[in-house]
Amino acid sequence: MGNYDNIDFSDLLALSSEEVVTNSSVTDVRLASGRMMALITLDNGLDHTRPNTLGPRTLMQLDDTLVALAQRVSVGEIQAVAVTGKPYFLAAGADLSRVADIPSKAVARKLAELGHRALGRLAELGCPSFVFINGLALGGGLEIALNADYRTVDSSAPAIALPEVFLGLVPGWGGAYLLPNLIGIENALTVMLSNPLKNNRMLSAPQALDLGIADAMFGPGRFLEQSLEWADEVLGGKKVKRPHQPGKVERAVKWDAAIKIARSTVTKRIGTIAKAPFAALDLMAAAKSGTRNEGFAREDDVLAELISGDQFQASIYAFNLVQKRAKKPAGAPDPALANKITKVGVIGAGLMARQFALLFARRLRVPVVLTDIDQGRLDQALEYIHGEIDALLAKGRMGADDAGRIHALVSGSTDPTAFADADWVIEAVFEEMSVKHEVLARFEAVIPESATLATNTSSLSVTEIGSKLKHPERLVGFHFFNPVAVMPLIEVVRAPKTNDATLATAMNVAKQLKKTAVITADAPGFVVNRLLAKLLGEAMHAVDTGTPFETVESALDSFGMPMGPFELLDLVGLKVGAHVLDTHHAAFPDRFFRSDNLHALAEAGVLLTRDKNGNITGFDDKARAIVAGGASPRSAEELNRRVEDGLADEIARMLKEKVVGFPEDIDLCMILGAGWPFQMGGITPYLDRVGASERVNKKAFHKPAITGVA
Amino acid sequence: MSNMERVVFLDGVRTPFGRAGEKGMYWNTRSDDLAVKALMGLLERNPKLDTSKVDDVAIAATTQTGDQGLTLGRTVGILAGLPLSVPGYAIDRMCAGAMTSVTTLAGAIGYGMYDFAIAGGVEHMGRHPIGFNADPNPRFVAEKLVEADALNMGATAERLHDRFPQLTKDRADAFAMASQQKVAQAYSDGNIQPDLIPIAIKTDSGWGLATEDEGRRPETTLEGLSTLKTPFRPHGRVTAGNSSPLTDGATVSLLASESAAQAAGMSAKMHMVSFAFAGVQPEVMGIGPIPSTEKALKKAGLTIDDIGLFELNEAFAVQVLSLLDHFGIADDDKRVNLYGGAIALGHPLASSGVRLMIQLARQFEQRPDVRYGLTAMCIGLGQGGTVIWENPHFDGKRK
Repeated sequence: MGNYDNIDFSDLLALSSEEVVTNSSVTDVRLASGRMMALITLDNGLDHTRPNTLGPRTLMQLDDTLVALAQRVSVGEIQAVAVTGKPYFLAAGADLSRVADIPSKAVARKLAELGHRALGRLAELGCPSFVFINGLALGGGLEIALNADYRTVDSSAPAIALPEVFLGLVPGWGGAYLLPNLIGIENALTVMLSNPLKNNRMLSAPQALDLGIADAMFGPGRFLEQSLEWADEVLGGKKVKRPHQPGKVERAVKWDAAIKIARSTVTKRIGTIAKAPFAALDLMAAAKSGTRNEGFAREDDVLAELISGDQFQASIYAFNLVQKRAKKPAGAPDPALANKITKVGVIGAGLMARQFALLFARRLRVPVVLTDIDQGRLDQALEYIHGEIDALLAKGRMGADDAGRIHALVSGSTDPTAFADADWVIEAVFEEMSVKHEVLARFEAVIPESATLATNTSSLSVTEIGSKLKHPERLVGFHFFNPVAVMPLIEVVRAPKTNDATLATAMNVAKQLKKTAVITADAPGFVVNRLLAKLLGEAMHAVDTGTPFETVESALDSFGMPMGPFELLDLVGLKVGAHVLDTHHAAFPDRFFRSDNLHALAEAGVLLTRDKNGNITGFDDKARAIVAGGASPRSAEELNRRVEDGLADEIARMLKEKVVGFPEDIDLCMILGAGWPFQMGGITPYLDRVGASERVNKKAFHKPAITGVA
Repeated sequence: MSNMERVVFLDGVRTPFGRAGEKGMYWNTRSDDLAVKALMGLLERNPKLDTSKVDDVAIAATTQTGDQGLTLGRTVGILAGLPLSVPGYAIDRMCAGAMTSVTTLAGAIGYGMYDFAIAGGVEHMGRHPIGFNADPNPRFVAEKLVEADALNMGATAERLHDRFPQLTKDRADAFAMASQQKVAQAYSDGNIQPDLIPIAIKTDSGWGLATEDEGRRPETTLEGLSTLKTPFRPHGRVTAGNSSPLTDGATVSLLASESAAQAAGMSAKMHMVSFAFAGVQPEVMGIGPIPSTEKALKKAGLTIDDIGLFELNEAFAVQVLSLLDHFGIADDDKRVNLYGGAIALGHPLASSGVRLMIQLARQFEQRPDVRYGLTAMCIGLGQGGTVIWENPHFDGKRK
């Protein structure tokens, strides 16, 4: 009997009355040796667009099934038990659709306990247990496998991972204890910690095999048949080698050191605010010794804490924004209105223009023409693009045929008439209104009536840019983030005159570029730059008034953002930063600071000091000298409060001005455009939970609140 | 220029055969997957084969559409993981599809063009009933080229009873019962299972594993057979009991030139001696194997008395009996269908030819006293096919 047999799960089950249950069906399979195996198939009965998930009712059914099988084992009817999934899926993890409804820490704990009870039975059947990982296995899905004695994996399984930390959780159905004890502490740290923090990286099947998560791998053609043959051999005494399984030496020498290194790496990268990574570290550290039951009990404690906490609820909110809202952009017109793009024109040949040309050619697979008045710069641009393609080819990220195709698609011309048959023309010239007016007028004269014009401006009014056009209705703002190939967000700016067909075309182009598009109104800084300007303006102003750099840099640590304000300024470039502050100050002089000191720092090119590996070591003395002289320093607490309140105020104004319609869109932009973390829910759930929304706006952005119950 | 080569049968495997239709075990399994899994099983148990040296893949199916269409030899080869450099094609000669895959490739091997070749067939009669969506030319009937019911295989079997009154229903039933019993015996002796590739099957109660032929009825009695309906004509003689059932399944074999096999260190299970196909009236397609056997014997320079083992496809009991009578062989001759036949195992049309060869090859191994064996089958639209094989285990001693 397990430790969890006497727990009453009725309150948890009551929450899941609408759960899509993944059934556990049992078929007896006679193996070639004559042994009888009970094969459990996990199947929710839906098609391949709806993966198996594991909610309370699913777990209860699996539990009942395994109890019945243990009984059959005891009377000698079966000699082995195996679990596999419906085609393409083992299971995509816990069913998180109702987690917002969990009413208490006690019920949250039961979700952990029920998982342990059901999955844990795979080690208590009285016979060997196997899991045949036939497809996607994430989180709790993979933990089913970890609880079994043996595992095989289908070489075509698209993703194998424990993404819990990415979502503000830990693998708490045995994973945190079982994984390091199966594959060693360093491998486990990669799977449970590093990968989730690397934008939720997942494993391929061969990687899972190499790490020791699976004992054997077979191709998809006869995966189940070969898994059954292999299981039969194991039952017959075949030895299964586990070279990564930790031994005494690893436990004595390596384990604590690996945990320590990982702890310091995580701290350096994301700070110490996010709870889940450190909870995972603590669990893995403790997994070095002690029993399985003790490990499971620790997981129960930690999961109860996290599930009922603020960060997890904000993370789930953020995850749903990125997974769902991103795919159905608010305010988007009928996609059928979009014009087909068969040729792209890029005005300019600078850094942004080159990145655009490469991205458009790769994703849209239509001819892309760059244009510039300077043939030399065009040649340089083409050389750069061809070099990038060759690099992709060399890295194996692109095949030779594809590389040949993209090479041929990109061309350059100093003659504007090269755009005479372009359907989409995007300008990436200097951020100066007169320059924009001049080039757009020139190109409007040659492009087809039906073409769409896009501007990548980040600081100018799209309306004003279009003011000299004959057809301003076909101009749309299309604001990328740097680096263009990497950053997932595009702010699509709808100026008052932009028509639906133009907007639909822009949304469709963004989709084809595999970017998430958020529609914003034509307001200074749109969403991301406006909020960053607010934050950086406050930070720089604090320095201007005499606050030490160090105080400012750490004043916002409680947010848990990926970097402090000056590291961010250094990343975007001091000149760009100074310009962004200027434009926002010009637009909203009462609320946004500009900084002469920042211009001076940019001019001198000094701010941070770094070691030979590029790690930040402090602030440059020359920078200190430049900003010296302020007489009214702020405390870290004051600044922290000013930024929280300032952001709450600014967001409320943006919503009122209808820059975007909903706080969800603000958060989506900040997550994808600025890398603000899931545990903050972007920004508005964070502002609600620290009370800033209430202080400034007299009401929260979200109702019901996106907070935990603990 | 070509060098003539001896053709050898290196190995053959098949899926367990399933009952066709919604209740059959392969209802949720694709036809091409049956062939793919059979081929993968064949490759797995022949690790000495360098797959890049396979010169061609021929896979037969009668109804080449849907999951059974699209140039099976090519698609099955790719899906089974053969190198993309290995070509493939599809074959159709109705029931003798797999047999024709073998003989066609044997021609290429014998002529010295191919070293290794893969020949097989598949038929998912549950998903692709015989003649489904066929559009026979109206001239066949308008010009009385064939009778309207020549495509109805049961009707052609009834016509054999008409033509040969000595082939009674009792004889057919007795032969059918013996087939069931011989299959049961072969299973208990372990003569069938070694060449079956288990197939994972998805059912309403989850994944399962098909490991044995599904349609067997070892409990069959003469009394039981006598009560069965005669669906093809009132008071007829052909019943579900003395016919092969509608079946899903795939077979695949590995052929080679003797020299290539030797170079690869692979030993032959059978040597090909001769083959022949012949046409007869479509209305009596069941007698097709008689002229094809006579042709094949003549080409081999052998007589029927030289043949020590027969693997005859049991499309219908009466149709096998017609051949036995023709050659003066007793209904219960021990040389004939030692492990039973299609009446018990099933007849997934275009795959059956290689099943006959698989069973003959295993008997050869057990019977070094036998030098020659024969595989033969009737073919819809009035044809027969015969392949004569020599036993490499033959030791020259009569038992």
